[in-house]
Parts: sequence; C-alpha cells; structure tokens
Amino acid sequence: MTWIPEAASNLAGKVDGVLLVITLISIFFFVLISALLIYFAVKYRRRREDEETPYITGSEPLEILWTVIPSILLILLFVYGFVVYKEMRTPPKDSVDITVTGKQWLWTFDYYNGKKTLNELYVRQNIPVRMIMRADDVLHSFFIPAFRVKQDLLPGRYTQLWFTPTKIGTYDIFCAEYCGTGHSAMLGKVVVLSPEAYDIWEKGIGVDDGAAVASLPPAELGEKIYKEKGCNACHSIDGSIVIGPSFKGLYGRTGVLEDGSSYTADENYIMRSILEPQEEMVQGFQPVMPSFKGILSEDDITAVIAYMKTLK
Amino acid sequence: MANHTIATNVYVSFLDKKGFLSWFLTTDHKRIGILYLISISLFFLIAGTIALLMRFELLTPASDFVSPHTYNVLFTLHGSLMVFFFIVPGLAASFGNFLIPLMIGAPDVSFPKLNLASYWIYLLGTIIMLFALLQPADTGWTFYTPYSANTDADVILITLGVFVLGFSSILTGLNFIVTIHKMRAPGMTWHRLPLFIWASYATAILQLLATPVVGITLLLLIAERSLGVGFFDPAKGGDPVLFQNFFWFYSHPAVYIMIIPAMGVISEIIPVFSRKPIFGYKAIAYSSLGIAFISFLVWAHHMFTSGISEVAATIFSFLTFLVAIPTAIKVFNWIATLYKGSIELHSAMLYALGFIFLFTIGGLTGVFLGALAADIHLHDTYFIVAHMHYVMIGGTVMGFFGALHFWYPKWFGKMFNESVAKLAWFLIFVGFNVTFFPQFFLGVQGMPRRYATYPEEFQSLMSLSTYGSWILGLGILIMTVNLLKGLFSGEKAPQNPYGSLSLEWQVPSPPPLENFEEIPHVTDWSYGYGKKKEVDA
Repeated sequence: MTWIPEAASNLAGKVDGVLLVITLISIFFFVLISALLIYFAVKYRRRREDEETPYITGSEPLEILWTVIPSILLILLFVYGFVVYKEMRTPPKDSVDITVTGKQWLWTFDYYNGKKTLNELYVRQNIPVRMIMRADDVLHSFFIPAFRVKQDLLPGRYTQLWFTPTKIGTYDIFCAEYCGTGHSAMLGKVVVLSPEAYDIWEKGIGVDDGAAVASLPPAELGEKIYKEKGCNACHSIDGSIVIGPSFKGLYGRTGVLEDGSSYTADENYIMRSILEPQEEMVQGFQPVMPSFKGILSEDDITAVIAYMKTLK
Repeated sequence: MANHTIATNVYVSFLDKKGFLSWFLTTDHKRIGILYLISISLFFLIAGTIALLMRFELLTPASDFVSPHTYNVLFTLHGSLMVFFFIVPGLAASFGNFLIPLMIGAPDVSFPKLNLASYWIYLLGTIIMLFALLQPADTGWTFYTPYSANTDADVILITLGVFVLGFSSILTGLNFIVTIHKMRAPGMTWHRLPLFIWASYATAILQLLATPVVGITLLLLIAERSLGVGFFDPAKGGDPVLFQNFFWFYSHPAVYIMIIPAMGVISEIIPVFSRKPIFGYKAIAYSSLGIAFISFLVWAHHMFTSGISEVAATIFSFLTFLVAIPTAIKVFNWIATLYKGSIELHSAMLYALGFIFLFTIGGLTGVFLGALAADIHLHDTYFIVAHMHYVMIGGTVMGFFGALHFWYPKWFGKMFNESVAKLAWFLIFVGFNVTFFPQFFLGVQGMPRRYATYPEEFQSLMSLSTYGSWILGLGILIMTVNLLKGLFSGEKAPQNPYGSLSLEWQVPSPPPLENFEEIPHVTDWSYGYGKKKEVDA
C-alpha cells in the first residue's frame, strides 16, 4: 500500500509538493500542541487539594508571537497553493481537446479525431490534453486521482481541466460528485499509451488487449463488457434491482410492457433494448438508459447476451 | 469562594413540579433547555445508529447489506438529522438555554414565551421530518440541484422540515442576543462575562443573520419542484451553482454555529479543572466574534471544483486561511491556561483535552482544504469526511459530552459514576480515531465520498474504519447508560463540586425556580483562580 496514488501526470508532482509542505507544517504544530498538552497535564496534575496556582491572565509577547507566526505561515501556504492552482487551471496552447460527457452513470469521450469511447479515455503520453466537460442530467465530477485533477461537470455549461499524462498505464476515473443511485458505479479508466500504441489505437485497430479479447469465450468477453462499459451501474447479477432489471434470470423471461403487450427476452429483444432502450419499456422501470448504438458492436452485444445466459 | 456543603435551606427547585403540562407549557429556560437536550440527544442516537449501519455496509466493497439506493438514503438521513436536528440546535439551544441566564445573573431569558414557541417550532419541524421518512430523500444533506429538483424521492417534506426548523434557530438567536444585552446582573460588564456567553453571543448573531438565507434557498427549491419555476435546474433555465452559493452561504456559518458554543464550553471547563485564570481572555472572546464575522466570507471554499471562476476561488482561499488564525489563537490560549495549573483529570476535563487534541487535527487538515491546489485533489473524497468529523465529533460532540459531564450535577442535582464516565471517554476517544483517522489516507488515495460500493484497493482501511465505529458506538452506549443511571440512582450533587467561581455554581443544585433568591451583584470576572500577587491591582 502506498500513501498516495502513483504520480502519473505533469501536475501530480506539484500537487504532491503542496500536500507534503502542509503535512510537514501540520505535523510540527500537532506534535508541539499535543506534547505541551500531555506534558502540562502530567507535570501539573493535582496532587493535593490545596495546591497553590499562580494568577496568570495572559502575556502580550506570547500572544503576539502565536498570532503572527501562524499568520505568516498561512499566507505563505495560500500563495503556494495558489501558484500551483494557477498552473492547473491554465491549459497550454498546444493541448488537444477531448470532450467528456457525464450521464447517469457513465462517461462518454469524444476525440478530436472523431473517435468516441465509453468509460475508457485514451490519451497519448506526454501530450497535453484539455478536457471539455459537460453533464447531460445532474452534476458529476471527473476525478483522476493519479493525475491529481478534478472538476465538476454541469448541465448547460462547459467546464474544463487539463493535464499531461507522463506515465504509460491504466488509471482510475471516479465520479466524485454525488449523482444518484449508480454514483459509486460511475467508474472509468484512463489509458495512457505510448505514441506508437496511440497511433495504432487511432487507426482503429484493437489496442491494449485486442488480441486477448478476441480470443476470450463469448460469456467471459460479455462479463468484461458488463463491467467495463458500465452495465453494472444499473444492472445487478444477483437478482436485486438497482435501477434496471437484474441480468440474473433475464434471458428468456416473459412479461408485460408499458403499453400492455407482452414480451419475451430473447436475443432480438435484448439487442433492441440495448440499442433503443426506450422503445419497449418493461412496466415498473424508468426510461433512463442511454442508447449503446455506436458504443457496443454486434459482437459485443452477442457476448453480453452469452454472459446473461450464464446468470440463471 | 466555593464551599462544598449542600445548601441546607429548603427551596423549590425547577425540577420539583411534575406532570406533562408543566413541561409542555413551561417558560422556564432550564426546563426548555432539558426539552431541547432530550430531543437533540434522541436525534443524535438515531443518526448515530444510522451511521453504524452505513459503516457496516462499507465493511466490504460490494453492496451486500443494503442496496445502493438504501445506502444513499441512509447517508442523507444521517447527515440531515445530525446537522439540522442535532448539531445546529445542539449546544446553543440546550446548554445555551440552561446557562445563559444563570451565568449572567438573570432569572430567565428576555422573552420566555418566545423561547417556548421556539421549542414548539423545533417540534413541528421534527414532526414534518418524521413524515418525510415515509418516502425518504436520497439527495445527501446538501440537497444539490439539479439532482434534488428531479429525484423521485420526497425532497419537499424534508426541506420543509429544515425550513421550519430554521425559525426555531432564528428566534432562539434573537432571544439570546437581547438577553445578553439587557439581562446582565449589576456589575456583570462585558469583560466579566464568562467566555461561554461570548461564544453564545457570536453564535446567536450567526443564527439570526445566516439562517434566513437557507430558509429562502430551500423555499426556492420547493418552488422549483412543486411549481416548476427554474431557479437552479438548467433544463428550466436555472443555474445549479447558484444553489451551492446560497446553500453554503448559510451552511458555512452554520459550521461555526456548531463549533463556537463548544469552544465556549472548553473555555469554561479548563480554568476550573486547572485552578487557573483563562489565559488571554480578551483574545478568546473577540476571536469568537472574529470567527463569526469571517465565517460569512468563506462559503465558496466548498466549491473550488464546482465551476466557479478562478478569481473567486483565489479570493475565497485567501479568506479561508484568515479564519484559521483566530482558531489557532484559541488553541494556544487553552494550552497556556494549563501551564502551572493544578490539573484534575475529571471526565469533563478529559473531554476538554480530547477536544483540543482532535480539534487541532480537524483544524490542521482544514489547511489542506483551504490551499487551492491541494483541495482540487482532496475535494469530495474521504479526506473531507474525516476532516469534517474531526471538527464536528472531535470538536462539537466532544464539547457537548464535556458540557454534559461538567454541568450534569448542577442541572439535575445528581452525580454520575465517574469511573464509568472515564472508561466511556477512553472508548469514545480511541474508537473515534480508529474510525476517522484512516479516512484521511483513504481520501489522499482518491476514495470518493458517498460511495455505496468501492474498489477493492480501499478495503483494508475501510474495514478498519468500520471496526473503529463499533468501539465508538460502544463508548457512546456506555456513556449514555451511565448518565441515565445517574439520574435515577446517582448521589445527590453538592452545590459546587468543582469549586467553580462562575455564578451558576453559587446557587443550589438543581437551581431554584427563578435561579437567584436576589439578583447578584458582580464584582469580578469568573476566572479569578490562583493566588494574586500583592502588587496586582
């Protein structure tokens, strides 16, 4: 276990500097205060009922001392925090723009090159990225601990943040602003690729584990998609109802739609429900699911259905 | 000076009259204080139990005890009940009511009937709140829009409850301000006032000036939900960040409504058990007012990542650092009061020392959150949860427990078991730290708050935190039983068991109906402990 996530952006080290300086000053004052507290409490503990105590009501020099020194330190810390903040809020001119949209409870990324991804953000090592951010419904907050960046997404207004990823790897994206039932499942990954790997990804050829994914059995691939594309935010696999119906026992089920007609959850119904979720709503559920058209391929959907079949 | 004998002359104590109506229609400040004390204690225990359920769910990463929706409801209830029904009225309404007239040498507050009306309004707010539980909200206690404007849950009732409650707070504040201005006994000059009174005065100003803003905000939210007027929801042409500005314009000063009375309690307990005058009286008195004033100007430090402008963020960061200064001064003054004292580690004193220790951690971690660059990383993580609980439990609740143990003999005329009280203090102190200290590390590592489920990498610290909550719960249980037991089978309390110089200890325990047989003439401050040098004038 480490104290703080790996520093994987240009800003991380600078934020860590601020954290470290404040930590050291805090430890100093904490040790000073608690040492005096314990020392006095032990040394001056009451031994006899009639102990004499001095009548001391204050000391101007001392009081000035412990007003002025913390004041100076606090102002210096303010300045340090501000200087780093200013850099965090000023994207360089040569940054590339990626749009991120937060929606209950998934992230979609639109790239300058026309690509679109769900819950996975692909960035090139050492190229500054400016995220243009927007929410579709309620507040969300885009948080990458390894990059030390965070910014709320608002409906009806753009916000932004920027970073330069410095280390190749895969890092967590969290939603940090409470956004409803699926808040804690609104997770994503940011994948930092080497320039070569990024070029390959950009050309649309499977990247990181493309080969491995292709060789997975359909049900296992479906499980991977279920977790990575955010299905798990709303659909449980244990029969409990979170937002949408549980995947457990879903395949083959029959029931009644909102318009009173009946349905059977066969392959075609499930595919339609993924691509046009609001067309055939089952009674008792809210029309909140986004369409996965263009996000999941037909192969992906086949795999998800194969996974559903295993959840009896 | 104090004597340790029980007042022998027969008198009518304020507790003597029995019967439901004698309580429900009472205008006696000490009885109204008890009514508040019972109410807020009940809400504290309920909301604390909810917290234990939440921590139990968080023992493991998966959602296996309650569903995510239920978890969200639980943290909403925990926060709303703790903040609006326990900690905001808290010390001010309970101990403020009991102590202010006694400490300034008055028979009651200025407007006794208004005081009772304030309590009834509080009751009305709690009844509305109980109805809101039928379809509980899942918005978090902050009710952020646009989620709160659109969720299916019943947000209107819970906000209406908080709205009604606000009037109780406003009227109590008004009553206390007038009382402190007009009802002081002859010779009780401003600079002889006990520091708890200064703290109550600063608190009352905040209650009077800040509470209307949250009332208006919640009314706007109700109008948005019920009439469809677009104040905060962008879909209706509103601005969600506006809600946050309004909300924190109240709720940040409210943090000081919660903590300043506790600071006042600590300033009373430490001199008595150190047999020393309070060190730097004026600095402590005026820093309460200073904190109250600056607290109106720092609200947007809750919003550094919300989309406010960089200029605004910078200004609010600077002002936030300013508020740390008067707070630091108080801590140094309390420590200096211990110097060369004759210190008795009574349970009330242990809570006071625990307060200094924990509140220092709460204050120092606040510096991280005031610094812009650090706050960006830590905002909305468990670091915030830990910081807030170090201030609210480590500060306010420690002060509340300290006050309970300190004034218990005076208020109820009974003694509790001191050894059991010390044991409970130890469990609470250890349990609290085991629960919340790991959360600082969770926050630095990036664990977001309000997560019903969480990634496995956080499990060891999350479980540790849950184990701590069990120790904390056990400690509070033992303390509660001990204090309740004292009411029924405790020894009779002497008039002044600690040898305090403050006015409330110069009347019998429990105090007579109108407090003083005749209004006292005050000739000195209440901190004149220790041997004055002959040359001292």
